[in-house]
Amino acid sequence: MSKRVLAVDDSKTMRDMVSFTLKGAGYEVVEAEDGRHALDTLGSGVIDLVITDINMPNMNGIELVKALRSNPTHRSTPILVLTTESDDSKKNEGRNAGATGWIVKPFEPEKLLKVVQKVCG
Amino acid sequence: MDDYSQFKATYFTECDELLADAEVQLAALDDGSDDPEILHAIFRAVHSIKAGAGAFKFTRLTEFSHQFEALLDRMRDGRITVTEEGVALLFRAADTLSAMVEAARTETPLEDDFGQDLLTEIAAMAGSETAPAPASGPVAAEEQTAPSANDPAEQVTPIYRLVFSPKAEMFKHANEPLLLVRELKTLGTLTAEPDISHLPPLAKLDAEEAYLSWTFTLQSDCPLEEIEEVFEFVTEDCDLSITLLPAGDAEKQGISRENGAQSAAAPSGQEQQKQEEDEASSVAPANIPTAAPASPAKTAKATTIRVDLDRVDRLVNMVGELVITQSMLSQQTSTLPTDHYPNMVRGLEELALHTRELQESVMAIRMQPVKSVFSRMPRLVRDLSAKLDKKVKLITKGENTEVDKTVIEEISDPITHMIRNSLDHGLERPEERLALDKTEEGTITLSAEHRGGRIVITISDDGRGINREAVLTRARERGLIADGATLSEDEIDNLVFAPGFSTAEKVTDISGRGVGMDVVRRNIQALGGRVSIHSTPGHGSRFTMTLPLTLAVMDGMIVQLGADKYVIPIPSILESFRPAPQAIKRLPTGQTLVHVRGDYIPLCPLGRIFRCDEAETDPAKALVVLVESEQFGAVGIIVDTLLGQQQVVIKSLEGNYKPVLGISSATILGNGKVAPILDIETLYQLSQAHLRRETRPAPPPPVAPTPAPPPSSNPEPPTFAG
Amino acid sequence: MNAVSQNDRTGAVSADPQNGAAPSRGDADANAPGLQQFVTFAIGNEEYAVDIMQVREIQAWTEVTVLPNQPAYMRGVLNLRGIIVPIFDLRCRFEQGRTDATNIHVVVIIAVGDRNLGILVDRVSDILKVEYGDIRAVPDLEDGKKRDHIIGLVTAGDRMVALLDTGSLFKSEILEHSTEAADASAA
Repeated sequence: MSKRVLAVDDSKTMRDMVSFTLKGAGYEVVEAEDGRHALDTLGSGVIDLVITDINMPNMNGIELVKALRSNPTHRSTPILVLTTESDDSKKNEGRNAGATGWIVKPFEPEKLLKVVQKVCG
Repeated sequence: MDDYSQFKATYFTECDELLADAEVQLAALDDGSDDPEILHAIFRAVHSIKAGAGAFKFTRLTEFSHQFEALLDRMRDGRITVTEEGVALLFRAADTLSAMVEAARTETPLEDDFGQDLLTEIAAMAGSETAPAPASGPVAAEEQTAPSANDPAEQVTPIYRLVFSPKAEMFKHANEPLLLVRELKTLGTLTAEPDISHLPPLAKLDAEEAYLSWTFTLQSDCPLEEIEEVFEFVTEDCDLSITLLPAGDAEKQGISRENGAQSAAAPSGQEQQKQEEDEASSVAPANIPTAAPASPAKTAKATTIRVDLDRVDRLVNMVGELVITQSMLSQQTSTLPTDHYPNMVRGLEELALHTRELQESVMAIRMQPVKSVFSRMPRLVRDLSAKLDKKVKLITKGENTEVDKTVIEEISDPITHMIRNSLDHGLERPEERLALDKTEEGTITLSAEHRGGRIVITISDDGRGINREAVLTRARERGLIADGATLSEDEIDNLVFAPGFSTAEKVTDISGRGVGMDVVRRNIQALGGRVSIHSTPGHGSRFTMTLPLTLAVMDGMIVQLGADKYVIPIPSILESFRPAPQAIKRLPTGQTLVHVRGDYIPLCPLGRIFRCDEAETDPAKALVVLVESEQFGAVGIIVDTLLGQQQVVIKSLEGNYKPVLGISSATILGNGKVAPILDIETLYQLSQAHLRRETRPAPPPPVAPTPAPPPSSNPEPPTFAG
Repeated sequence: MNAVSQNDRTGAVSADPQNGAAPSRGDADANAPGLQQFVTFAIGNEEYAVDIMQVREIQAWTEVTVLPNQPAYMRGVLNLRGIIVPIFDLRCRFEQGRTDATNIHVVVIIAVGDRNLGILVDRVSDILKVEYGDIRAVPDLEDGKKRDHIIGLVTAGDRMVALLDTGSLFKSEILEHSTEAADASAA
């Protein structure tokens, strides 16, 4: 069964890119446009990986990571945060909140796939 | 990365939205709002633009947005106080950003120094409160990427030994050692040796503890960085050492790096370089707040999907056709005996109901708040007032008023033009205003509201109003009015819309941009809209523009006039009645009036002005439909009978024919025939013109405010000897 | 000389509506090579023709909707599959009285620039293939204006057919906002 990835970003361009890349590699991708929407989308459903942007309205990525980690269902779900080279401090913030790893934007499709495989196989 | 080029269109659409949003936020900031969410929102917009730009390798755009974002970042966390000067800089930066997006979209190369001045200013402002400027971080970093530490001169495939001991934190971050081992295996030949010495008896085993560690031997040509990268996310959650095993005399250059909680060295030169930079530049990293959570009520978004407008349009058109088909069906079956076909009749009724609901739902998809247009205006006012040395405050109201997408697209130009006009001609200079006991700062108010099934947009200013003397003189010079004609004040004011009229003493580069107000009016009329100006000398002017909410459908009352059928827009209808003969009065001008509850309302004999001979002309035998006109108040239209009301699909007459006075557009009735839709405003003007022709032996040429009535029906006859 | 017989009034004449620009005098002179096809129709015993590329369809006369204060030679508008098209009485346009239209009369829907309009005629005759070289200029009459609505003349058997300048014929009714058509007729 293919793995389900939840891509959270307020930018449709980014969601499209993540979605396109992962679907091409056989993942199933669900999209959400901010943290709150992501939580709504997730509900109690099973997800194998969350990829989230940090800067978003209505619950940012860090808050989303914290929310997921405090939920028994998603406590051990891998979460990747999308950062940019300029906000290196966000990596740490993401980590401290419980994120599994990060992807630096802009990313090449190969890089994205590699990182995704690293954390969810 | 070419794979991603297909997302460019999405990206640019998104950029437009982000830039428009930033514009709104900037305007709020400019108005002195101190809502912290504003800067966050602008930051997010610039951030998203940057991220996409990076993906598509728009380097100039990336670099500029990066610096812009850095400044915003410092502003939003309070390291830089937001001053008036700062806001001005943000505005200009947003402008430049917009230009760069446009350049990227059109693939226009930018000049080398484009935006360079601004970058310097941004850097100066960003740096003024922080010790080291952020510099061109990413670019420099890329160039400085340290070369691989191990020299590839080595012929023998190097062998690394890795000692890897995960900590419990690794699981808390949901990292999976097994996956890392698999990844490691892709790099070369791997052997693993687990260390299970710390494994407790099963009963004491805590599933979330880490008990195992491994020693790996990896034979691989890949650079050390690549091996380190495998453990990129877990450097702090494990003890890791990587040693290049000595091979021959390679021992001397053997590299060993250790990673532990204490020495959290960055895994690569690049990372390290950046980290140092980061430490140096951030005064107190601990104080950096996370992006503040937005108050949900304020920005809560409904779950949305994006749909190509073409698809919606197709849907709207299809539903339009469906409505016509449905009304044809119900008309043709209306004579069926109900008791014979009860189910069919009920089915048709339901069809009518559902068709209507379907249509409303489909139309609702295209409804949008006028905000997207209004949001562009603060910028316009700001730029123009700076250029004209005037002080102007723009107040917008009702920006959430919704209209159909087709209307939204059309209102931007007229609004822009009218605001230009107010700013250029209406508002006085500060010193002039002070001398007149007015506030130094002029005010332009832009508002939108729904009224009578239409959208009304007004643009008012508190300037000098229209100089009627000058307008009259100009109009006479241009031959727009007859010498002897006497015009009411409103008629004079509305001369500014006459073709070929321009009040500007000199053509300024603000208002004098080719099109005049006549074009504005014509474009608005072409949409079934109207525009007028009302002015009070010394106190200002007010443009009022009304437009239908949609250019696609409306509720109409079908009326009979002789053998012809017409449609009157239901939103303009007040009531209809058959007046008593004694309620009909006649003025010496020939104008007939009807006396309704104490008011005298002018009548508009449709049959006469449309030259429909079979129509009933005696109001006491016909029916009066009282309608509300924007300009003239209540008007009574005389028709033969009412046939019933229905929703009609609006079809343009002007696709294939010239505009007709008194008619705004047409529809197709259930029998497939065309029925014209009355335009109340021009209809009344037409009736006045008609009256003048009938009562004056030698009528003067028509007064200009309205387009001339249809040309004579005797064009140059061709003669052809066949 | 083929295809549409005199009785085949309502049969659609296939035509490409895409290239419905009015044939200008310039075209007739030299530019385009080879044959040009025209649909011919008649009022009384006068024959007229328009470029077949302009013809969108031909249909029998049906009652149309009268617009207020329309010119005498205009009959009204009709619904052509959701598009509103004005219909003009060619006889009346040529000041030979109003056609007493019945269902054996024919409306030829043509494209002029980006506009569509219908011409009410007595009957459609046929399709005429004409070499450019065979198009004759309209003789100079006492007044240049008189040729304004005729591009040229061609001979079909013993009949003379006048090629209509559709762009100029209904210019004041249709060209108000149509720059494309204005360009076409400016040639």
